Amino acid sequence: MPTWQKEWPRLERGGGTSWGDTTAPTTQIGTGSGAWEPKTLGTKANLDLEPGMSRAPPSSGAPPTSTAQASCGQAGYGQFGQGDIQNGPSSSTVPTPRLPGSQPFGSPLAPAVSQPAVLQPYGPPPTSAQVTAQLAGMQISGAMAPAPPPSGLGYGPPTSLASASGSFPNSGPYGSYPQGQAPPISQTQGHPGVQPPQRSAPPLASSFKPPASGGPRMPSMTGPLPPGQGFGGVPISHPNHVSSPLPQALPPGTQMTGPQGPLPPMHSPQQPGYQLQQNGSFGPGRGPQPNYGSPYPGAPTFGSQPGPPQPLPPKRLDPDAIPSPQLNELPPQQKTRHRIDPDAIPSPIQVIEDDRNNRASEPFVTGIRGQVPPLVTTNFLVKDQGNASPRYIRCTSYNIPCTSDMAKQAQVPLAAVIKPLARLPQEEASPYVVDHGESGPLRCNRCKAYMCPFMQFIEGGRRFQCCFCSCINDVPPQYFQHLDHTGRRVDAYDRPELSLGSYEFLATVDYCKNNKLPSPPAFIFMIDVSYNAIRTGLVRLLCEELKSLLDYLPREGAEESAIHVGFVTYNKVLHFYNVKSSLAQPQMMVVSDVADMFVPLLDGFLVNVSESRAVITSLLDQIPEIFADTRETETVFAPVIQAGMEALKAAECAGKLFLFHTSLPIAEAPGKLKNRDDRKLINTDKEKTLFQPQTGVYQTLAKECVAQGCCVDLFLFPNQYVDVATLSLVPQLTGGSVYKYACFQVENDQERFLSDLRRDVQKVVGFDAVMRVRTSTGIRAIDFFGGFYMSNTTDVELAGLDGDKTVTVEFKHDDRLNEESGALLQCALLYTSCAGQRRLRIHNLALNCCTQLADLYRNCETDTLINYMAKFAYRGVLNSPIKTVRDTLITQCAQILACYRKNCASPSSAGQLILPECMKLLPVYLNCVLKSDVLQPGAEVTTDDRAYVRQLVTSMDVAETNVFFYPRLLPLVRLRIGTKSPIESTTELPAVRASEERLSSGDIYLLENGLNLFLWVGASVQQGVVQSLFSVASFSQITSGLSVLPVLDNPLSKKVRGLIDSLRAQRARYMKLIVVKQEDKLEMLFKNFLVEDKSLSGGESYVDFLCHMHKEIRQLLS
Amino acid sequence: MMATYLEFIQQNEERDGVRFSWNLWPSSRLEATRMVVPLACLLTPLKDRPDLPPVQYEPVFCSRPTCKAVLNPLCQVDYQAKLWACNFCFQRNQFPPSYAGISEVNQPAELMPQFSTIEYVVQRGPRSPLIFLYVVDTCLEEDDLQALKESLQMSLSLLPLEALVGLITFGRMVQVHELSCEGISKSYVFRGTKDLTAKQIQDMLGLSKPAMPMQQTRPAQPQEHPFVSSRFLQPIHKIDMTLTDLLGELQRDPWPVTQGKRPLRSTGVALSIAVGLLEGTFPNTGARIMLFTGGPPTQGPGLVVGDELKVPIRSWHDIEKDNARFMKKATKHYEMLANRAATNGHCIDIYACALDQTGLLEMKCCTNLTGGHMVMGDSFNTSLFKQTFQRIFSKDFNGDFRMAFGATLEVKTSRELKVSGAIGPCVSLNMKGPCVSENELGVGGTSQWKICGLDPTSTLGIYFEVVNQHNAPVPQGSRGAIQFVTQYQHSSTLKRIRVTTIARNWADVQSQLQLIEAAFDQEAAAVLMARLGVFRAESEEGPDVLRWLDRQLIRLCQKFGQYNKEDPTSFRLSDAFSLYPQFMFHLRRSPFLQVFNNSPDESSYYRHHFARQDLTQSLIMIQPILYSYSFHGPPEPVLLDSSSILADRILLMDTFFQIVIYLGETIAQWQKAGYQDMPEYENFKHLLQAPLDDAQEILQARFPMPRYVHTEHGGSQARFLLSKVNPSQTHNNLYAWGQETGAPILTDDVSLQVFMDHLKKLAVSSAC
Repeated sequence: MPTWQKEWPRLERGGGTSWGDTTAPTTQIGTGSGAWEPKTLGTKANLDLEPGMSRAPPSSGAPPTSTAQASCGQAGYGQFGQGDIQNGPSSSTVPTPRLPGSQPFGSPLAPAVSQPAVLQPYGPPPTSAQVTAQLAGMQISGAMAPAPPPSGLGYGPPTSLASASGSFPNSGPYGSYPQGQAPPISQTQGHPGVQPPQRSAPPLASSFKPPASGGPRMPSMTGPLPPGQGFGGVPISHPNHVSSPLPQALPPGTQMTGPQGPLPPMHSPQQPGYQLQQNGSFGPGRGPQPNYGSPYPGAPTFGSQPGPPQPLPPKRLDPDAIPSPQLNELPPQQKTRHRIDPDAIPSPIQVIEDDRNNRASEPFVTGIRGQVPPLVTTNFLVKDQGNASPRYIRCTSYNIPCTSDMAKQAQVPLAAVIKPLARLPQEEASPYVVDHGESGPLRCNRCKAYMCPFMQFIEGGRRFQCCFCSCINDVPPQYFQHLDHTGRRVDAYDRPELSLGSYEFLATVDYCKNNKLPSPPAFIFMIDVSYNAIRTGLVRLLCEELKSLLDYLPREGAEESAIHVGFVTYNKVLHFYNVKSSLAQPQMMVVSDVADMFVPLLDGFLVNVSESRAVITSLLDQIPEIFADTRETETVFAPVIQAGMEALKAAECAGKLFLFHTSLPIAEAPGKLKNRDDRKLINTDKEKTLFQPQTGVYQTLAKECVAQGCCVDLFLFPNQYVDVATLSLVPQLTGGSVYKYACFQVENDQERFLSDLRRDVQKVVGFDAVMRVRTSTGIRAIDFFGGFYMSNTTDVELAGLDGDKTVTVEFKHDDRLNEESGALLQCALLYTSCAGQRRLRIHNLALNCCTQLADLYRNCETDTLINYMAKFAYRGVLNSPIKTVRDTLITQCAQILACYRKNCASPSSAGQLILPECMKLLPVYLNCVLKSDVLQPGAEVTTDDRAYVRQLVTSMDVAETNVFFYPRLLPLVRLRIGTKSPIESTTELPAVRASEERLSSGDIYLLENGLNLFLWVGASVQQGVVQSLFSVASFSQITSGLSVLPVLDNPLSKKVRGLIDSLRAQRARYMKLIVVKQEDKLEMLFKNFLVEDKSLSGGESYVDFLCHMHKEIRQLLS
Repeated sequence: MMATYLEFIQQNEERDGVRFSWNLWPSSRLEATRMVVPLACLLTPLKDRPDLPPVQYEPVFCSRPTCKAVLNPLCQVDYQAKLWACNFCFQRNQFPPSYAGISEVNQPAELMPQFSTIEYVVQRGPRSPLIFLYVVDTCLEEDDLQALKESLQMSLSLLPLEALVGLITFGRMVQVHELSCEGISKSYVFRGTKDLTAKQIQDMLGLSKPAMPMQQTRPAQPQEHPFVSSRFLQPIHKIDMTLTDLLGELQRDPWPVTQGKRPLRSTGVALSIAVGLLEGTFPNTGARIMLFTGGPPTQGPGLVVGDELKVPIRSWHDIEKDNARFMKKATKHYEMLANRAATNGHCIDIYACALDQTGLLEMKCCTNLTGGHMVMGDSFNTSLFKQTFQRIFSKDFNGDFRMAFGATLEVKTSRELKVSGAIGPCVSLNMKGPCVSENELGVGGTSQWKICGLDPTSTLGIYFEVVNQHNAPVPQGSRGAIQFVTQYQHSSTLKRIRVTTIARNWADVQSQLQLIEAAFDQEAAAVLMARLGVFRAESEEGPDVLRWLDRQLIRLCQKFGQYNKEDPTSFRLSDAFSLYPQFMFHLRRSPFLQVFNNSPDESSYYRHHFARQDLTQSLIMIQPILYSYSFHGPPEPVLLDSSSILADRILLMDTFFQIVIYLGETIAQWQKAGYQDMPEYENFKHLLQAPLDDAQEILQARFPMPRYVHTEHGGSQARFLLSKVNPSQTHNNLYAWGQETGAPILTDDVSLQVFMDHLKKLAVSSAC
């Protein structure tokens, strides 16, 4: 980090005032800096990058190298790619060469030093080095961004820079940071290298642009390859704008050869730098100038870290090799190429950690319009002072362009990710319930918006003007209240709807179906009892569990749950059960008429649990026995849902179906499916059909379900293809969940299934819901993503909605927005609670509007953006070839960044990759999306898996998509060292970047992405650790694929298990643990989750992708 | 002569269960046609013959494929050659090896004249269990349902332990209960609105897969039925308790019935499923579907009336106006079911207990075509239903159930005769053959009929045609013969064959009219003509039928009366015909032909029973019996006439469907005064008791149990009596007659006297 900071500072200086601004952005402090501020603000995080770019060229330069590598890997860059990857680290050492560059930038700070340092490291890898440097720069810049503001204030340019890298939040502290720890690190890393490249690069880049474009151009660039020398070119990627990718830039770098020379030597120093990075994540960024030296020493260890035996060698080779022209072993390309220093490119880990450090301590107060909330990875409290908590709504940008032209120019999607029933931490109060009596909630007469804090009371309080449509409404007499001198109602603070962002209204009968207050909802358990389900022991397990689980139905504060339950079993026919309390024995009623499903009984099917307990218990005891000898292997599916829906209809209530299903429904019935799994379709135009439902039956069925408020949760236990794409359609459209347990075995999957089941049954759900998002005149909600059904263009109909489900809403302009009044969102959710109460939940959010693109870029939220883009893409695969979808994503991303570069970044060489601070992680995250199983499936990924994931992502919130696409990788042995108890520390636990390079064979790592949980054990992990965790003597005795850690009474074991538990507790689904040993077969599986690396299925590495992206941007700009 | 014939007729009836309209047969087609009353007989195939133990071997059949007549006493036997000649086709047949020891002195029973009726027990072949499938309506009032449940549970105790039973309940849905499972009771549920094919039903009940081996092997391995076959039909000894509990837990149909609506009752689908179930599991095996319903079908196929209470169920008025929306469709549905059931040898009973109609009109074919019972009552909670139902399971002198299943009746005739048809609880098997007439009377065009359910009183009317041409007279003294072969499944589960072979002399009408007249059986003729009339009434307008009957009567009188032309007073009928006009008079007034004051359901109910009872019962139905009890003498039958209603008499009327005890005015007053309780008037007490005892006797024996009415002069229920008696005194002629006795009937109906006057006039008129 430090290095970055330092560089930045320099950059800023270079930019002079502009930097100050950049830093300022966060706090506005920047304003202090004067004219600059504005710019800085616009860029914010970007600022850092920008600076990096312009100034950082050096730092960025380094990254470029890495990118180059990446690209090389793919295309002609191959050389670079390989080299880059490995070199990355080494490149950092290069810094020296950059020093010169750095000087210019950093002159104020020791920058010169730091930059050089960075550059040097990169330099070695020549081209790659540059890239990396750039990348690093970007990261740094990101870091910087936050820092800048503070710095801007107190520290002045120099300090600000430093601070940026360090602790952005606290300007003060930052200042210190840079100097202290950070500096050294940052220095060591790419920055130095970067700078040099930049300088050299820029020119090169410009000339080379073609090369930049990517592989293709490379050829022309061949010359460049040698560029290894030209590292300088690489530098282009200035730290500021994470734009490290520029691999091609590297080619230019070739020209930079000059730098190369120096680089080799530099490498060694760089290495240390890497280590630092790993530790701090941004190592490189920190070690500005001075430290550099010191950091480098550390470098050696760093090298070791890559730990993984294999990786290490190459890496080492590169660095070394580079200096010495070529390694024999490596293919020529590789040797020559230098890769961008991975540490030099923006690091998610660093960003997350910085945000955590900066923003976790203070509650997020929602009173101010357009405030960007802390990241989802940060643990913070929210105080509702008039806007909805980010737990309910997150936006891609909190500053909306005033005009659609601007919006089109920026290409930044305007979207909100809404989680209307989000669960809140205990410290935060759930929304107040407001009862307006018989008259019901007060609304605008014209647009029907609900009363909210933004409504303007006028004429002494007798009327109010709607904040959405400006209509003037009379205040009903019973609601009248005088206004105070500021025009606020005197009772504003007594009324949640006038003072809070989120609250609930009790709905009147007008808001109910058929004008009848709703009955309490019902849960119907529908259990597949075909041969497969019986054989695996699923049925027995489930029945046993249900006996106790039924005591934990959601109660909503009442003593006893109002929810009624019913039971159905099925194979190719359905069995309903009469469990009326007056019966001595349950009665089974078989319905074979699956073609025309109906509910055979009314009374006694849906019952109160406590009244019918004896009969239910008896039933659950008998179900496994009744079907114990079944030979029936065929099942039906659609009729089951139909039956549940009809049952709810007959009972005139909403509810939820819990379906436990095992196989492809091939029995003769509506919704019968055939096995259409065909991997040959992948990468063809027909691939989309794999995601589409086989038949229209389910769509129709879902529609009926939604009309009845029948939500469907599906638990799948397939042994083979079951066509998740089709089966999950109804759950998806009804707001239900799908759980999939492939090859279910009681011994292995029991805990996971039961845990999911318990959570699913117990969670609070709203039924029969309709969500409507109203907005200020000027923008309009035009598109919706998530698990719901829409029968018109505005109402999101949700048969069920729980606290895990989100709806992503995209907005478009239909008019101008006003900078002064901002833009308001009001999300109103009408639903029936678990207790059968009809309610309206209202969330309000005020956003700023801007006329400057910079403001937009400074107030973006990349995680939310990724959430939107992933959902957009995942929906796209239904209708378009996947290649088109991927290209669309890349293009959009490039456009966003290019627009920034063009309009917001300070002028710099085209070879520089400049990323906005707020979006510096966009490339890495986007790459993760592109590499995900849906968009680029690996050979082992089944069609069902893809459909399953596609479906899951559709309803994910921002935190879930964040970790899903960029998994969390936690080193554990370090944990032992830590003093905090694991549970406390989970959130703060330092993660490492998801790359094989970061794995040390002497450590153990946990990796989780919200669905999977791996424990990776390094081959050379200490015996004592192995003993403590696994209770076996040596690494070789650890069972690969183990899913449970032995319960051992020692601190490490306790901590690790505690950590695993707490990780699971954070996620909506139970993550099954898989122990993976280094070098084991299973490791392949694990490696898929190391998303910064090149994936087996062809997904680009982070560095490569960054280069790719850079190329795209340059193309757009040229 | 007369006495002889009466004895002869009676003897024949007792021995063979046969009553012929003519006991001497006119020898040519032309003459036979001129006799007006067709040559026909009432056959009671399984008439109780306590004196006739069945033989334990199988009959010997004529080897001619088109004949297949059974060896009988009329056959000529060559004991030396061990040959016999078929008396129908004259084929000479070898006796089978087992008859090697045959000789004049060592004859098998079937050759002895006294065994003109003989019963064989077929030892080989499948032993089919008795099968009872209960189809129970649950849309009943609580106490009704309770009573029904008790009756059903009671019935279980009456069934043989090996009998298979099944249970289907229905209301809005139809539930087929699986009886094999323990612990949890299981049932298959069907929508009550959807018509399903037999295949669909079997698929849905999971019968199809195991069914294929089963169906093929059934004949060979009947023993396995109870085990292999469906889970829905189980031997009672295995599931006695289960079923008892199941019945005990039976709830009223739980679906809510809103005000102003009828409960949704899926009778049509329930029956369809019952038929389909048996069809799939026990085709061609005797079985009894017993439908208990408490109201009209209100949904699905077979719907008789909608569920809106404001729309009443169809009446005769509606039907005549062609205003019965659902009738044709429903009838078609039930006919289809009835035919399917009949094809498979399953009979359907309907026990309908409700105050309003239940759709018997539409459903009647189910019972009529399959030989099932039709019982109509006001409530299941009445002794009428309870005892009637119990009587279904009564046993005969051998301890066997008085029910038989899956019978086929085959009629063989000598060459001079052909069979025109049959009227009774049967369906045609469409067996064309040399003895099938082209002129159909009743169900014709066949020589074989299927009677799926029959009991010892089930009686068919069988009509013949003399085909001998006038110019080819039969040889003097030769006889015509008819053989009835009834193969059926006895309640002991064995197959039996009862063979009745009768012969009658041919007579030349020209020369032997007197003899033929004397051999006329006017009772049988009245019933046979009535059956024809009722059969026609099912498809024709009421007045047309009456006109046809009148014409037949007049023609008969013209043919056999003695009179001078145009002189009504000269008209006389011989004794053999003397009662016949009176029967016709009452028949015209009977509910079988008159629908006035009867609902369509009642008409169907009456006609159902009329078409299957034996001669005695049928006559009672046509002309109820009236007994008089008084201090003047012992109880005596009196004229069914208003003049018999006297103040000092107690009358007991038996109309078959009702038993009415009517206390004359004075008797009623005495009773009110309590004389019967005074020791000195014990004789009065006895007088009061006598008809009760006699009524009880009738009630005990009759199926279905008659409605028992105890009323008195002026009582509202006296109408039952007043509507039946010949209105010799009405408000029109009361004063003219000025008699000292009798009760005037307020009616415009013609009295017997008037009827006879007209008849005479018409008979002697040369106009027609």
